[in-house]
Amino acid sequence: MARIELNGLGHRYPGSEQYALQPQTMVWEDGGAYALLGPSGCGKTTLLNIISGLLTPSEGSVLFDGRDVTQLPPEKRNIAQVFQFPVIYDTMTVFDNLAFPLRNRKLPEPEVRSRVQEIAEILDLSGELRRRASGLSAEEKQIISLGRGLVRKDVAAVLFDEPLTVIDPHVKWLLRRQLKRIHQQLKLSLIYVTHDQIEALTFANQVVVMYEGEVVQMGTPQALFEEPAHTFVGHFIGSPGMNLLPCELNGESIRLGEQSMPLAPALAVRLAQVGKPLMLGIRPEFIRLASSGSAALDADVVRLEDLGTSKILTVTLAGKPIRIRLPEQQTVEGTRVRLDFQPERTMFYADGHRIA
Amino acid sequence: MQLKLDGISKLAGADVHIHPLDLNLQAGKINVLLGQTRAGKTTLMRLMAGLDRPSGGRVLVDGVDVTGVSVRRRDLAMVYQQFVNYPSFTVFENIASPLRLAGKLSPQEIKTRVEAVAEKLHIAHLLDRLPSALSGGQQQRTAMARAMVKQAPLLLLDEPLVNLDYKLREELRAELKDLFADGHTTVVYATTEPHEALLLGGHTAVLDEGRLLQFAPTLEVFHHPATQRVAQVFSDPPMNLLPAHIPAGTGEARLAGGLVLPLGPHLTALPAGQYTLGVRPSHLRLRPERSGEVALQCEVELAEISGSDTYLHLKQAGADWVAQLPGVCDLDPGSHVEIYLHPGDVFAFDQQGRLAGSPDRGLILAANAASVGA
Amino acid sequence: MKPYNNKAWLLVLPVVLCVAFSAVIPLMTVVNYSVQDILGPDQRVFVGTEWFKNVLRDPELHGALWRQIVFSATVLAIEIPLGILLALALPAQGWRSSLALVLLAMPLLIPQNVVGTIWQIYGRTDIGFGGLVISKLGFDYNYASNPTDAWLTVVVMDIWHWTPLIALLAFAGLRAIPEAYYQAARIDGASRWAVFRYIQLPKLRGVLLIGLLLRFMDSFMIYTEPFVLTGGGPGNATTFLSQYLTQKAVGQFDLGPAAAFSLVYFLIILLACFVFYTLLQNQAESDNKPEA
Repeated sequence: MARIELNGLGHRYPGSEQYALQPQTMVWEDGGAYALLGPSGCGKTTLLNIISGLLTPSEGSVLFDGRDVTQLPPEKRNIAQVFQFPVIYDTMTVFDNLAFPLRNRKLPEPEVRSRVQEIAEILDLSGELRRRASGLSAEEKQIISLGRGLVRKDVAAVLFDEPLTVIDPHVKWLLRRQLKRIHQQLKLSLIYVTHDQIEALTFANQVVVMYEGEVVQMGTPQALFEEPAHTFVGHFIGSPGMNLLPCELNGESIRLGEQSMPLAPALAVRLAQVGKPLMLGIRPEFIRLASSGSAALDADVVRLEDLGTSKILTVTLAGKPIRIRLPEQQTVEGTRVRLDFQPERTMFYADGHRIA
Repeated sequence: MQLKLDGISKLAGADVHIHPLDLNLQAGKINVLLGQTRAGKTTLMRLMAGLDRPSGGRVLVDGVDVTGVSVRRRDLAMVYQQFVNYPSFTVFENIASPLRLAGKLSPQEIKTRVEAVAEKLHIAHLLDRLPSALSGGQQQRTAMARAMVKQAPLLLLDEPLVNLDYKLREELRAELKDLFADGHTTVVYATTEPHEALLLGGHTAVLDEGRLLQFAPTLEVFHHPATQRVAQVFSDPPMNLLPAHIPAGTGEARLAGGLVLPLGPHLTALPAGQYTLGVRPSHLRLRPERSGEVALQCEVELAEISGSDTYLHLKQAGADWVAQLPGVCDLDPGSHVEIYLHPGDVFAFDQQGRLAGSPDRGLILAANAASVGA
Repeated sequence: MKPYNNKAWLLVLPVVLCVAFSAVIPLMTVVNYSVQDILGPDQRVFVGTEWFKNVLRDPELHGALWRQIVFSATVLAIEIPLGILLALALPAQGWRSSLALVLLAMPLLIPQNVVGTIWQIYGRTDIGFGGLVISKLGFDYNYASNPTDAWLTVVVMDIWHWTPLIALLAFAGLRAIPEAYYQAARIDGASRWAVFRYIQLPKLRGVLLIGLLLRFMDSFMIYTEPFVLTGGGPGNATTFLSQYLTQKAVGQFDLGPAAAFSLVYFLIILLACFVFYTLLQNQAESDNKPEA
């Protein structure tokens, strides 16, 4: 278990002017499950490799429980890493694969045996220990890679680099569940890199959203979903992402094209102080179809898509497309609808950052 | 283009990769091939393209038998999982390459077509770059542009978005749908994700272990899976499947652990026997909403919060259930909840795995449950 | 049911004719000779399997065969590990890598008789650098009269000539191993040796089998280099199979036994190649087993 601190940590790849990872300072508490979420090229793998020691940062430092490990190689850092595709030693049996890290550290054989069996029990691998590792399926190999990471008692953190990439979608469920179970049982710090928001949000208790080398927001899945601090977070999380509309403050209401929406007076005051162009953000889940009411806005229907368990209605409002999520059974009549934005879920942004 | 597969099969030594199947693709529409990895999707696409010879059966294009015809002479385009572009050609040259090879258009015409396609795929500003200078999404768009510039009547896409990150996948998928909305191209799209099939619409063919299990409009396959296997392949999160015994004349189903479920009106006429009942995770609720719902006493094993939904893993009388609830439900493991289920939402599959009854389609007699290629 | 494209036969015809002319017909001629006693251009007597029996009982042949086996085994036992070591030591990328590869590949480009000539001169104690140094070090070295020295020189020559091939193959094989394997091994705390044994060697299996196959075939058929270097001597100390065969056929103009022997030789190599090929196929299948 380790408390991980990043102090002014940044990285520029040799020969490049641009930061792959912007200098930043952060603390990750012991025993937490963290997800690094972001699109390709956002710097999440760079950050993971710096934490694991496979990459030495060009500036800043990394501390584990207060100890500076920035220059330490991975084998001295008490971390384990699971990669995108299963890395196993196919000439060995499952047992030998799991025992490998312990034997390399010269642990006595009886201890090796008991530890391997303990981990195999947790991962439901006890029956497979005698099998040759080369004949197994992708998910079994990934579980073994994971087991190899967990088998060392001194492991402070387990790092995952998009580990479910090669796994069949319907098996991903089982693996995610197992990961969560392991986290609860072993109480290790887990850091999980992914570009898939479902994986990130279901896995972590703190999600770190990254964009272009910078941490844009860190928070619980609920906070990220309900209160995105940045338009990128609103866009990236949620399928479909948050709807963003340019808007103008007009006294105590908001103007969207030709239409207006009233605002709470306190909110209107805050927005008036901003002085920059405003964007209104609202998630498809928080818009309702209203039958009437002065607060409702009119929009033109573009299309209705049936996704089996829910429906997505695309409409245009003030010339911009908006998506609304509707329950499975709902139907839409006609070409115009009235929309009701839940006020507590309506966010305002300026320059990408949240105002209120 | 009307593409028809007639009794197609593919063997490799003693292994059967594709069992004999018939498939009549919907012309001008998107046809999704849905199946898990190694189900035979790529093999089937290669047979459609003419890259491989079938071991048996015929491939018919607009009624003409083209089974032996080399892929070079067939009019089709293909996009792969890996972004396959000529590394030493610029984006412009990559896209223009099929037209130049065909040799039928003047350079001016080629330029016009290439620019038009690049515009459609939003890469018009990248035409002078080399593929190595492009991001994954841009490379895949280049590959797609190269496939589309031929304006071939058949376009095959083999899991083209699987190597892209999920937001990019969402964007490209929506674009794909719009690109092919005009109905000039027959599109075949292979994927492992049920969600993609639902987003793309059109028709879906469900493949499993080299067999075609069902081919019908996508929503039809979703709401009325012909077999239990189709229901398993075509749902994410996985459908809750539970063995049950239906004794004669009671109008109830007895599940493991003593749970008794009244049968909805669509299932009351089921003959007695062993069945597997299916319930979608999204049909389980935390609060009763309709009359006639049944309460299940469950223990929470795990709550997975994804923001817009919560996936609740439950244990109920020894069986595992998954519920998909809207919004955030932060329940602790070990806590007890009541989950509500309406009998009208239950699927029933007979002992052979065939659909015996589904919500709002009602009872399906065994004879009618025969699926394509069974 | 499957429409055959008969045009394919027409396209293949020229190749078939060439192969027939250059390989099949001569082969049939050899088979023909192997069952006859050829006393003169027009005097032939059918002798059935007599030559085969002779060949298999010929003590000189046994000697040559034995020397050949020892030779092949020795060079393989040295070249393969040495090649792998070289590949491991080569820089992986950059101009240094290209330079090293070019230098390494040079011996492979030299024609076989030139190789023999190079070593013939190099090993001479009067004008050859190598021979000079060795005799200066106090060794009584003469490859022309001492069988042991002749053997050593021939073996070293072959190693110098062909180890680069194994090294290049192994180098390519090593480049194909994804970086993640090495990273995982570092994290597991694996020693250099463990990395070699559990990651690199298994992944090199396919490549090494190919290397083994090629080198076995080539070394088993070796003719030019030892012939140029030692002429098969001193005596017949370095007379290997193909040289013995040529002596018989060309030197003594005894075509019958030579033909029989050629066929036996051909079958031995064919058998060995078949074994290797089967091993390779099994390797390829287990590599291609659906993993993900």
